[in-house]
Amino acid sequence: MSTPNTPTARGGEGATALAGDTPFLIGEAMTGGYGKGPDILHDCTIAVNPGEIAVIVGPNGAGKSTAMKAVFGMLDLRAGHVRLDGEDITHLSPQERVRKGMGFVPQTSNIFTSMTVEENLEMGAFIRTDDIRETIEQVFDLFPILRDKRRQPAGELSGGQRQQVAVGRALMTKPKVLMLDEPTAGVSPIVMDELFDRIIEVSRTGLPILMVEQNARQALEIADKGYVLVQGANAFTGSGRDLLNDADVRKSFLGG
Amino acid sequence: MDFLNAFVALSNFVLIPAIAYGSQLALGALGVTLIYGILRFSNFAHGDTMAFGTMATVLITWWFQSMGISFGPLPTALLALPFGIAVCAALVLLTDRGIYRFYRRVKAKPIILVMASLGVMFIMNGLVRFIIGPDDQRFADGARFIVTAGEFKKMTGLSEGLALKSTQAITLVTAIVVVAALFWFLNKTRTGKSMRAYSDNEDLALLSGINPERVVMVTWLIVAGLATIAGVLYGLDKSFKPFTYFQLLLPIFASAIVGGLGNPLGAIAGGFVIAFSEVMVTYAWKKVAGYILPEAWAPDGLVQLMSTDYKFAVSFAILLIVLLFKPTGLFKGKSV
Amino acid sequence: MSTSLKTPLLFAVVAAMIVATGQLQSWNTALQILNFGLISAIMALGVNLQWGFAGLFNVGIMGFVALGGLATVIVSMPPTTDAWAAGGGRILLGLAMGAATIVAGILLWARLPRGRMRGLVVAAVLVLGFALFRTVFDGGVSAVEAVNPASTGYLGGLGLPILLAWPLGGVLAAGAAWIIGKTALGLRSDYLAIATLGIAEIIIAVMKNEDWLARGVKNVIGLPRPLPYEVDLQQDPGFAATASSLGLDPVTASTLYVKLGYSALFTVVLVILLILAQRALHSPWGRMMRAIRDNEVAAEAMGKDVTRRHLQIFILGSAVCGIAGAMMTTLDSQLTPGAYQPLRFTFLIWVMVIVGGSGNNLGSVLGGFLIWFLWVQVEPVGLWALELLTSGMAEDNALRMHLIDSAAHMRLLTMGIVLLLVLRFSPKGLLPEK
Repeated sequence: MSTPNTPTARGGEGATALAGDTPFLIGEAMTGGYGKGPDILHDCTIAVNPGEIAVIVGPNGAGKSTAMKAVFGMLDLRAGHVRLDGEDITHLSPQERVRKGMGFVPQTSNIFTSMTVEENLEMGAFIRTDDIRETIEQVFDLFPILRDKRRQPAGELSGGQRQQVAVGRALMTKPKVLMLDEPTAGVSPIVMDELFDRIIEVSRTGLPILMVEQNARQALEIADKGYVLVQGANAFTGSGRDLLNDADVRKSFLGG
Repeated sequence: MDFLNAFVALSNFVLIPAIAYGSQLALGALGVTLIYGILRFSNFAHGDTMAFGTMATVLITWWFQSMGISFGPLPTALLALPFGIAVCAALVLLTDRGIYRFYRRVKAKPIILVMASLGVMFIMNGLVRFIIGPDDQRFADGARFIVTAGEFKKMTGLSEGLALKSTQAITLVTAIVVVAALFWFLNKTRTGKSMRAYSDNEDLALLSGINPERVVMVTWLIVAGLATIAGVLYGLDKSFKPFTYFQLLLPIFASAIVGGLGNPLGAIAGGFVIAFSEVMVTYAWKKVAGYILPEAWAPDGLVQLMSTDYKFAVSFAILLIVLLFKPTGLFKGKSV
Repeated sequence: MSTSLKTPLLFAVVAAMIVATGQLQSWNTALQILNFGLISAIMALGVNLQWGFAGLFNVGIMGFVALGGLATVIVSMPPTTDAWAAGGGRILLGLAMGAATIVAGILLWARLPRGRMRGLVVAAVLVLGFALFRTVFDGGVSAVEAVNPASTGYLGGLGLPILLAWPLGGVLAAGAAWIIGKTALGLRSDYLAIATLGIAEIIIAVMKNEDWLARGVKNVIGLPRPLPYEVDLQQDPGFAATASSLGLDPVTASTLYVKLGYSALFTVVLVILLILAQRALHSPWGRMMRAIRDNEVAAEAMGKDVTRRHLQIFILGSAVCGIAGAMMTTLDSQLTPGAYQPLRFTFLIWVMVIVGGSGNNLGSVLGGFLIWFLWVQVEPVGLWALELLTSGMAEDNALRMHLIDSAAHMRLLTMGIVLLLVLRFSPKGLLPEK
């Protein structure tokens, strides 16, 4: 075992390659689990560079969502660090991380179903004290359908539209980095394609995005960087294209 | 057949009392439903919170009366109400600090919070009886009637009288104002929206930077206000007796559940459903029937479905029916 | 301290407290506390079945206890033959018609095809049935209540030995529990609490207002006793001789004898129920109950019918409360519906269970004794404390008089504080579940 603070090369060339980049957000060599339970993450490193999309993929139970939650401060790390824009935020609560500029979209229950679309966005901006109308307009520009449905309770929308509300809500704090936990879970393939398009659009505004995805192939296609996790540890790391072309990755995770 | 007199009798004995009682229940049920929505437990101490707030108001009213302060034709209690609310709010915040907050922190099961509320109920009940005693207290003053039955008969020439007590009118007006203010607060203000957000999805609300302790505090303040207002209105309309307020718990819970626990709109609807059923089932319809039916059909008995002693059975029966057929209530409530 | 040592020690403390009461106040008081303590212990045992075993929150204990009290009148009082002749049959017919209406309504609802017609038909049957029921029933009631209203005015009972009322009390309570359980179990836990709160209020309302049943608030007094009367004992020369040989005067001896007799009877019931409860707790059934309590979802996933099991234990627990209620009315030898107060008969029992240790049968028994002791003794102690507190004030000081008048309400306050303190700082109670 290596010392906790140094990223290790265990599980692939990618982890070392990262050392050369200057990631905007990095969870470094994270080890830990929920509460007093067993460790789920083992020396796991996840990072996203400025303006890029990073994707975490892997088989079921690999700790993908856990890794993201660890970066967001939802579980206690026994070892490792989380750094945002060079600042160590390992010991901050999720709420404090939101204030530091992290936007997080949980996988489920990620909207206020009884509130209108517009109120959802307003609640997303709860920590802001300045004028939020401009941001609401930006969100509506990104997700035009939401403008039409602004007065409807979010719970009445379709699955894909709900996800747009969820992402829109997270964007309301004007985050410096956006984290999405399986944004396409439970939506049809057509809606999934549209959601990916939207995510790329969000990314084009210069916002770095870290996301966990079940649909590995599509996700890696739009990813600048991909992390393949297996049993809570980095198995393969590289650019999305490299991973898609990597024979091992294809064989084990992408079905040939 | 005499529909006009029948309608006047109906208004006098059923509609007006039921509207007043329904408003009082609605305000009480709003308090229960808000606590359920935000703190996620059924607050058994609500009846006694009402009693405590009313007691504070009664004492201040007496003090005002002794100093010769009056509110003209309106009851002095309305002047004392804000102070009563303040006292009740202080107590309620204290109980939250001392008792409920701990269980929130340790994320106790809702049923433990219900039990704690039982303990709080004990204490509040004891406090009220200790301070003001267990007996009936009257504290209404000012004009008793807006229209008396005699005046009404003279005015209209009808044989049926219609009395409108000033407390009934005050109840309705106050309830409308309070409900309007509450809905404006919940739907238009940032704090109100954050309360709805917290009730809707606690985790996401935390994620959005909503401070749960603040939401809880504001909720208790509103609940103290609602409970005191409901209690004072009920006390003005009838009289103040601590045990009666404890018993109000059943119709209030029934109202909140009928409407859908956690849903404010449902609480209001539920309050009126319960009040109207209670009054209609326990009202002796002989008089109204006498006006409407041809003479030959006029009933011999009172045509009273149930004696007034069973009014709680009415709320209970409705409660059971709702639980059997629509457990989330008429309006969609939370199904935590 | 190990639990094996703690249990006998705590019981010894309670016993010492009762003995001290006997020494310092009077043996009569001590035995009275013991007898009510025994009854309280049984009630607590019943509630512990529901809460400790299954996590069911019953806030209507008072109602089940009152049903037990009603059973004593139904079983033991002599039948009022005039009243039966006047309208007894009519009342029974009315009740049968009422029940038939409800059954018909339920059957129609179940059998008819869905749709508006079903609702209309069922509503029509219910309305018609209700009208018929009232016509038949009301006539009977007024006839019965007119029969010598000053002393009877009700149907009377069956004239059977009062001890038979104890099991019947359990049956009545079980019936009420079945109705409540059928509707409220399987829903959110709060709903059961509210439904039980409601049924208790309604049972009391029925008992207060249906004079034909048990004279309502006019009370039934002079219930037969399972034990001899003091007066008869005093006149029995043999008893007087035995008493004087023990150094007691016959009057004191007779009251002590009767009270001890009750203590013996109650102890037998308590021991039987305790043994049954202990065996249930350690049986596979008890283990399953606790498994359900601790993780309902998992138990359901394992194919356990959670709602059905809950219904079972809810009925059992309520029946135990009904038995205790019948015992208590037997001890009082009168039924006074006005005396049933939720604070005394519902919440006090809760304090007993929580303080004693929910999930532990012996804990509930201990809690029953201990809290009953405090309940009896807190009032004089409170009065004493207040008198001491206000002793500096003038005799006719308004505050002093108010405080002393209010001493009775100290109980509510004390019980509330005890409940909250135990819930917060020792949620497992004095004798925790193993």
